[in-house]
Order: sequence, then structure tokens, then C-alpha cells
Amino acid sequence: MLDILVSGLLLSGTYALVAMGLNLQYGVARIMNLANGEILVLGALAAFWLYTTAQLSPLLTVVLVAPISFVGNWLIYRFLLTPLVRRSKSQGALEVDSILATFGMSFVIIGVMVSIEGGFFAYNYLSEPISVLGSTTSLNRLIAFLIALAIGTALYLWLNLSRSGVAVRAVSVSTEASGLVGINVARVSAMAFALGGAITAVGGALISTFITLDASIGVVFTLKALIIIIMGGVGDIRGAIIAAVILGVVETTVASVIDPGLTLAAAYLIFILVLLFRPQGLFGRKPA
Amino acid sequence: MNARPLLSVKGVTKRFGGLVAVSNMSFDVAVHEMVGVIGPNGSGKTTMMNMISGAFKPTDGRIALKGRAISEMAAQNIARAGVGRTFQLVRLLPGLSVLENVIAGAVYGHRRRWGREAEDFAHDMLAKLGMDDQAGAPISSLTYIDQKRVELARTLAGEPEILLLDEWLAGLNPTELATGIELIHALRDEGRTIVLVEHVMDAVRSLCDRCVVMSSGAKIAEGAPSEVLSDPGVIRAYLGDDDA
Amino acid sequence: MKPASWTELGIAAILVFLAATVPTFANGYWLSIGVTAMMYVALATSWALFSGPTHYISLATGAFFGVGGYLVGTGMSDYQQPFWLMAVISPFIGAVLAALIGLATLRLSGVYFVIFTLGLAEMIRNVVSWVQNNFLGSRGLYVLTDLRDQHIYWLLLAVAALVYLLGWIISRSRLGFSLRIIGGDETVARHVGINTATAKVILFTTTGFFAALVGALIAPRWSYIEPNQVFSPQLSFLVVIMALLGGAGRLWGPLVGVIPFTILWEWVAIQFPNQSTLFLGLAFLLIVYVLPHGVVGRLEELRARVRGNP
Repeated sequence: MLDILVSGLLLSGTYALVAMGLNLQYGVARIMNLANGEILVLGALAAFWLYTTAQLSPLLTVVLVAPISFVGNWLIYRFLLTPLVRRSKSQGALEVDSILATFGMSFVIIGVMVSIEGGFFAYNYLSEPISVLGSTTSLNRLIAFLIALAIGTALYLWLNLSRSGVAVRAVSVSTEASGLVGINVARVSAMAFALGGAITAVGGALISTFITLDASIGVVFTLKALIIIIMGGVGDIRGAIIAAVILGVVETTVASVIDPGLTLAAAYLIFILVLLFRPQGLFGRKPA
Repeated sequence: MNARPLLSVKGVTKRFGGLVAVSNMSFDVAVHEMVGVIGPNGSGKTTMMNMISGAFKPTDGRIALKGRAISEMAAQNIARAGVGRTFQLVRLLPGLSVLENVIAGAVYGHRRRWGREAEDFAHDMLAKLGMDDQAGAPISSLTYIDQKRVELARTLAGEPEILLLDEWLAGLNPTELATGIELIHALRDEGRTIVLVEHVMDAVRSLCDRCVVMSSGAKIAEGAPSEVLSDPGVIRAYLGDDDA
Repeated sequence: MKPASWTELGIAAILVFLAATVPTFANGYWLSIGVTAMMYVALATSWALFSGPTHYISLATGAFFGVGGYLVGTGMSDYQQPFWLMAVISPFIGAVLAALIGLATLRLSGVYFVIFTLGLAEMIRNVVSWVQNNFLGSRGLYVLTDLRDQHIYWLLLAVAALVYLLGWIISRSRLGFSLRIIGGDETVARHVGINTATAKVILFTTTGFFAALVGALIAPRWSYIEPNQVFSPQLSFLVVIMALLGGAGRLWGPLVGVIPFTILWEWVAIQFPNQSTLFLGLAFLLIVYVLPHGVVGRLEELRARVRGNP
């Protein structure tokens, strides 16, 4: 029981981080990015590839991956998504366009990744056992959790305390009003999208140290991040953290008590319950 | 006044989170009456309309149409019960032609029609508003007042028992405004029951039998337009304390 | 979807008649492509019945298709039921599943619906594999019938014709008109008196019914069924691409996309077996950036321009 709780909690750290990344992209830039999971897997592939070919520690890869992913996602937003934002007549039309476009991107990324590494991204890094709160887990899980925690805290403080963070939050509340008070909405949106992508890729590199991924697994992570965001409420960081903990613990419980093949079904069960009973999110107010 | 009002709003309150948009509003609308809901910007007029049409549910209170509670009903059922509305910013269906937009109002509304009958009726409504020559045109080719006319024709096509006009005259130029006021006059002469949210005071004065004045979500005055518009409390609400 | 005319119905009838003669001159490789194409015609046309007017991108096709195929497999292998019985039952189960999903998600914003359908096929596959391994024994499921490729082809043609006929009727009905209004502006739809949730659930249920039926009818083609094979997420995406490539604004739009894409896809699968995902991605990007209203939409734009009314 304790084992389940500890490993579920450790898992939820990276889940929450990835959900924060997607939340920046959806909540601020208003792009439903269904290629998010593929960005995550790209981060994982970088960690795997650099570790197996150059013995580079995944923790160093994280430092490399973040700026690269930031620039990559900025370019995607600037050149592929901005035209869609401009041509869309309504939020609904933008949603359909961005869903289809990011599907396209996700498949292209998968295609490229398969040609680099068609098998599993399997490697051993810091997999020695360690005891946490009387339960045995592996060192890489603990380290990934701690790094996720540090990045998440930094992000939270930046959003709430810095000038640019406030601008990001303002855009997430209302693009029109932000434009009126002199915020460059297009620039803030691009930055939020890029930052979200950077965080996601870092999350991927961290996850790859303790979960073996492959090129086509991205959609599962996209789905989990989306479920966390919907459960927590779009734009609500506190809600996302609690939702990530719920998902992490429930998944770990189902995997260890029933069958590891049913983790996705467990995530769906949570999703259904949220849609039926709290579609506005755990802490969201009932929409009018 | 009739024994039973057509529309009755009793103690209606709407909260958005901590914000109270409408607080404890009550008013009645009799058959064939034209009631103006006026008040400064942000006083909760449109929220009030949205609650009558079912776009929002009231947090508290009761709205009834011919004695039947509609405040808990979904928007589509309220429309079928006989409440028709236009929107503050015109909402037309861009993929459909002018005629199809109006048919949309005739097919699922209070009185329901289909096929030839719906088409003929939609033509009648367009003709009434002087728009029938543009029946086949796409929405994108219409001027703003014509879009407003099409939306009004769509609403009338459902033959509502009560019509909610949310700032129907806003955004029109002086010539269009004269035409617009004439149009609403014609509706009034047909004996329709209308609730009108409006900022154009000349129109309110000449059209409405009675006015309900809102400020900060609450009713501050009610009565004949001339009376209400000279009420010091109402003037203060519009112009602020210093000018009163 | 605009109301379809009698002329369109007449042309469709002629096309169905011509298509029915294909097995008399095509065989082997081309007949097998014909079966695949006919499968996608039925799936894409029924997909567009719901997603065309509402713009809700459904990715549930693979899930319903898989349910149909799997039910035939487990019914015949685990419970010794005849093929025809299972083929009749499975579309109803697909419809019930679709109705439940629709009721849970279609009351809410369209994004939730897309997200929900995104992993649906994969999730059902996991559950089915688990049930199969733990309760029914993990042996393979055999679907042995006397049906040859041409019989399957004719069955699927009949389904495609039925879907088309149903779509034709719907496009001329109050229900079809209400979906066009919903696709235009859902708030307006509610305020003119349309019960938007009911309309959407009815149409989504219809697509679930037909996807499961197609999955059931094509099962004999493989003789041996594994959950991994019938619950293919890729199928959902291919159906979306084909329907949008042709154009989901017209009843016959998907048909225009299916035939060239099926042939192209076969070619890609042979020439670049490891790069099919990449091509899938490029096809999506092509649709969004070059053909947002499909080939049919582009043709209508051109026709309008030639006539001089943009």
C-alpha cells in the first residue's frame, strides 16, 4: 500500500510537469496541441540517444533539450500555427484547425523518430534501489521527481511574481483585454507555447530514465496530460498538481493490483467521472 | 392591466463566482405590452435577457411564462415555449443563405413548420422586414442593419409569444436608426409583446409603455418612460453623483 | 451538409450499379484493393454524416470498427455462434457504445469529445486483451466462413449504399438541417429551439452503428483475429483524412477522397513500409494548409470564381 502511494506520488511529479507545459500551450496560446506527447518522446529520445552513444547523463541532456525545444516550438508556433490563428474566424474553427495540424505534426515527428530508433528507448541510468519513507524505489524516479518539483516551483513563482509571468497570466484570462492594456499578445502566446514545449521535452527526458518509451507512445502521454488539465481545470496550476497526484496514484494502484495493461483504462475511468461530475475541473466554478 | 402577466420575473439573482450581476430583480410584462429595460453599461441588462432566454440559469428566483416556470428549462425548451430573442452582437449562420437563416427560426420554434410551408413563411417574414429581395444572398454580402433584419426575421419566424430585443438599435447610423425605430413601431402596432434592452433614449421614449431601470444589477425604478427618465435616482445612476 | 438533390441520388444509384460489377472483371490484387476502398467508402461517408456538419473530429471509428470485428471473432470462436448472428448483433452494440460516449461527452465542448475519442480504440483494446487473457483464454479467434473477397466486397457496397441513402434522407430532414445550424453556431441553434445534444448523439450513434457493422463484415477477410489488429488507431486517422481530403461538406465528398487515397496508401505501404506514419502526417498538413475544405470545396470555390461571384 505504502509502495503504491510512494511510487504513484513520484510518478505524478513528472505528470504534473508535463501537464503544466500543455497548460501553457492550451491555456495561454489557445492551441490544442495534440503533438505534445511527441515533443515529450523527442526529449526522451534525445536522452536515450546521448546516453547510449556519448554516455551523456540524462540530467545534462535536460539542460540541452530545454533551449532546443524552446526554439523548435517557437518556430512551430510562429510559422505553422500563427497562420491558423490569423485565418480562424472563431475559437471553434481554430480548435479544429489546430487539432488537425498538430495531428499532422505528431505523425511527422513519429515518422522521423522511427527512422532514428525504431525499437524501445531502453537504457539504465541510476536504477539502484533507494529507500523513501520506508518504501523501496529507484534513485532515478526520486531524482526525476525532485527535478520536476524544482522546475514546477520555479515556473509557479515566475508566473506569479515576475512582470512577464503576469503578462502570461493576463493573456490566459483574456486576449482582448491584454491587448488593450498594451501586452503584445502574439509575442506572449508564442513564448508561452515555446516554454510549454521546452517543459514538455524536459519532462520526457526525465521520464525516460525510469520508463521505457518508444517512438509511438506519445499519444498516451498527450492523453494523460489532457486528462490532468481537464480534471484540474484549464489554467489552474494547483488543480493540475492534485489531478496529477490522483492520476499517478490510481494508475500505479491499477497496475500493481490488477494488471499493468489497464493503466490507460484507469485513466479513462477518471476521465469519464470528471466529465460526468466535474466538467469544470476539481476546483473550477460551475460555468454559467 | 391583465390579470395574469405573460412574463413574470420574481426575485431573480445571478452570481458569477463572487460577482453579483443581477440581484433580486422582479418585473412583469403583460400581453401586447412593450417594456424597456434600461440602465448604464454593466448594470446587468443583458444578463437579465440571457436568463429569460435560458442562455444562463438564475442562481435564485423564478421566471415564468404564462404562469409556467421557465427558469430551470434549457434554452431550446424556452424557445419552444414561446420566447424569441435577438443577440446584442448579431448572430447569423454564415454557412447558410439569408432564406435558410430565417427558415432555421421557423422549423424548431414555438410554432413549427417544415418544407414548403416553412419556406413560404420565411419569405413572408423577410418581406415584412423589407428583405425578401435578398433571400438568396449569402450572409457575408449583407450590411449591418440588413444582418440585424435577418436575425429579427429569424426570431419572428418562430412566432414567439414574447420577443426579447437586446440593443437592437445599437451600432446603426442615423438613417438606419430611423428605419430601425420604424420597424419596431410596426411590430408594436401588430400587438406583439416585446422586452427591449436599449440605450437609445429617444427610441425608448417613443416605443415603450413602461420602463424598468437597472443599476449595478438591481432595479432602481419602474414606470412610464417620461416619469422614469426624469427621476433623480435614475439620472444619478446614468451620470454619476457629481452631476445630480 | 447541404440538402442532397434527386439528381445526386440518381447518380449514386448508377455508381452503386457500376461498382457492383467490379468483381466480374477485377480479381486478386485489384479486387482486394476494391474491398479496402469499399470499406473506407462506408466508414468515411458515415463519419462525415456526423463530423461534416458539426465539425467535431471523431477519432472513435477504430474503436467501433474493432468492437464489430472482435465481437464476430469472440462470438464464433469462444461461443460457437454463427457469423451472421454476430454480424447482426455487433452494430447494435457499437451503437449503444456510441450513444453512451455521446451522452457523456457531447453535452460539453467539442474539445473534450475529440480528446475522449483520441485514445478510445487503444483503451478498449487494452480492456479486451485483458479480458481475453484472463477469462476467455488467450487463444486466437478464428473467423472461418465461406465468404470470398467478392462477397465481402458486395456486402460492404450494400452498407456503403445504405449509408449514402440514409445520409441523403437525413440531409433533407429537420435533423440534417439542425446539424448545419449547430455547426454554424450552437448558441443560435439552442435559441431557435433545437435540442442540440439529442441531435448530436443521434448522429454519432449512427456512425458508431455503421463502423461496427463494417468491422463485423470485413472480419472474415482475415480468418484469424487478434485484438491488436482490429483495434487500430491508425484506421480512425485514415478515415478522417480521406473524408476531409474529399470534403466533408457534401454527402459524396468523402467518396472523392477515398479512392485516390486508398490506392496511394497501398503504394506507400509497399514502397515505404516504415514511413507510413510520416505520410499520414504530411497528408494531415496538406489538408489543413492547402485544402481546408477538401477537393470538393476547392472545386466549388473555383466554380464560384469562374461564375464571377466570389
